Amino acid sequence: MDKAKNFGFILPALLIFSIFYIYPFIYTFVLSFQRGDGIYTSEWVGLANFKEVLYYDKNWGRALYNGAFITFWALTFQNLLAFALALGVDKATRTGKIYRVVFFILPVLSEIIIGLLIREIIISDPGILNQWLSRIGLGFAARDWLGSGLVLLTTSLVHCWKGFGWAFVIILAGLQTIPEQLYEAARIDGANAWQQFCRITIPLLMPVIAMVLVLTILGTMQAFAMILALTRGAGGLTEVPVMKIYNHLRGNQVGLACAEGVILGIILIAVSFTMLHISKQVRKRWGVVSN
Amino acid sequence: MYYRVKKIITLIILHTFLLSIALSCIFPLLWMVNASFKHETEFRSDYGLKLAQNPTIENYKSAIIEGKLGFYFLNSVWYTFITVLLIVVISSLAAYGFSRLEFPGKNIIFFMFLAAMMIPLPAGFVPVYILLNKLHLVNRIGYVFAMTNMGLSLSIYLLKTFFDQLPRDMEDAARIDGCNRLQIWWNVALPLIAPALAVVIIFNALTVWNEFVLASLMFTEDKLMPLQVGLMEVYNRNIIAHTRIMASLTIAALPIILLYLKMQKQFIKGLTAGAVVG
Repeated sequence: MDKAKNFGFILPALLIFSIFYIYPFIYTFVLSFQRGDGIYTSEWVGLANFKEVLYYDKNWGRALYNGAFITFWALTFQNLLAFALALGVDKATRTGKIYRVVFFILPVLSEIIIGLLIREIIISDPGILNQWLSRIGLGFAARDWLGSGLVLLTTSLVHCWKGFGWAFVIILAGLQTIPEQLYEAARIDGANAWQQFCRITIPLLMPVIAMVLVLTILGTMQAFAMILALTRGAGGLTEVPVMKIYNHLRGNQVGLACAEGVILGIILIAVSFTMLHISKQVRKRWGVVSN
Repeated sequence: MYYRVKKIITLIILHTFLLSIALSCIFPLLWMVNASFKHETEFRSDYGLKLAQNPTIENYKSAIIEGKLGFYFLNSVWYTFITVLLIVVISSLAAYGFSRLEFPGKNIIFFMFLAAMMIPLPAGFVPVYILLNKLHLVNRIGYVFAMTNMGLSLSIYLLKTFFDQLPRDMEDAARIDGCNRLQIWWNVALPLIAPALAVVIIFNALTVWNEFVLASLMFTEDKLMPLQVGLMEVYNRNIIAHTRIMASLTIAALPIILLYLKMQKQFIKGLTAGAVVG
């Protein structure tokens, strides 16, 4: 009786979780074997959806490529920038509070706001960014930022711009947990700044870096709203996987949407496990495994 | 002397680097606010680079009334408020249960909530949307419940770890004084976890306020749309009046920015909480 009453404390959470998480989770797999709008009409088609997505639909590969392209820039440019900023703030100021406040504004704002604001600034009519550039004597750098040649790169950079503050905060928090005594000891032993960086900062930060990398991959491969607001998909040029899923759902092709979701989910889980495994191996080799 | 000069130069270079990046974050936002106070003709002549000569609130008026942004704003407030209220009650009850009480299946159920945070579901909105259709819940209530689920796992996890660190003395004292479990939860446990609750509130409020995908699928009527969907509508309806779009974006962004400046700590903790779990 007592235990039943105790169970009451988690019952509301369990109910909502079962209806809106567990059931949809299983239902995704069921729907991925069906065709129709999922609501009124549905028929079993076996693996046809997966075949269609994996073999016949060239756009799915294209969407994966676009997602991977943006993810590449997020992994390299965004995270290196965040890392450099974190190192700089850690060195230049004691707490870095003001910088932290400023850099974190963009992750707080919604993807739609950022997407539309930047679209307004860079869209060729009236070309506000190009006007700014020409006023400060950089007119030669003016481009059609959302034109077919540049739009994917532009999208990647805007994505990095919106996201670096998040990585920055996590890395900075990681840096501040490294005890100052380690650096002091290294200095006494005659290590220069570069050696301290390679032998202390990087190894001790490895778990944080691995986590940031995994979360960057997960977040960027599933990015969608900002890209929709910024480019509308640009006729397929910036169509990313989740945009494809979204459009299939809107087009009443629920089976395809779910099959794509399952495939992307499996890819993401595989990639993040591989990343975590690699980071553990690296840490083992350096002898800094803590757990 | 040489050492000191070198140090100062390093600092100057560092701060220049940091400040230029900081400027790239703030400038577009300041520009947006400035442009929102301009007349369209003035905007077209200087592209919003100069301060507004004779500031006007016409853009705001037309955005709120003709652009229906007032509607969208109130809708967002409603969704956010109700969802966060539900999450706070449900997750604090569950967290208290997981941390303090005994019942069958406790570990397995908690593990399920944990797993839900780790498994990426890129098409998660598809079955939820279909389910809501089948339940005839493509309305405010359905949306609020779906959003409640979105924040539930992380909230329970955060509150449970916070409970685990608290001593049980106060609760024991309350029990001896004759409080039942529910009274202990309400009178003793909730006040104790107030700092963690603040993080949960901010994190979830931001999630709901910024949510776009599910809302855009569910709400095709103006009177139900939240702000993010409404902004896309406004933009699609009107691509000529840039200043009015800037006013609309400012209306959507400013409350969040002000709240953020007031409660940075909770925002940063809330938005990086997901990272701590992994």
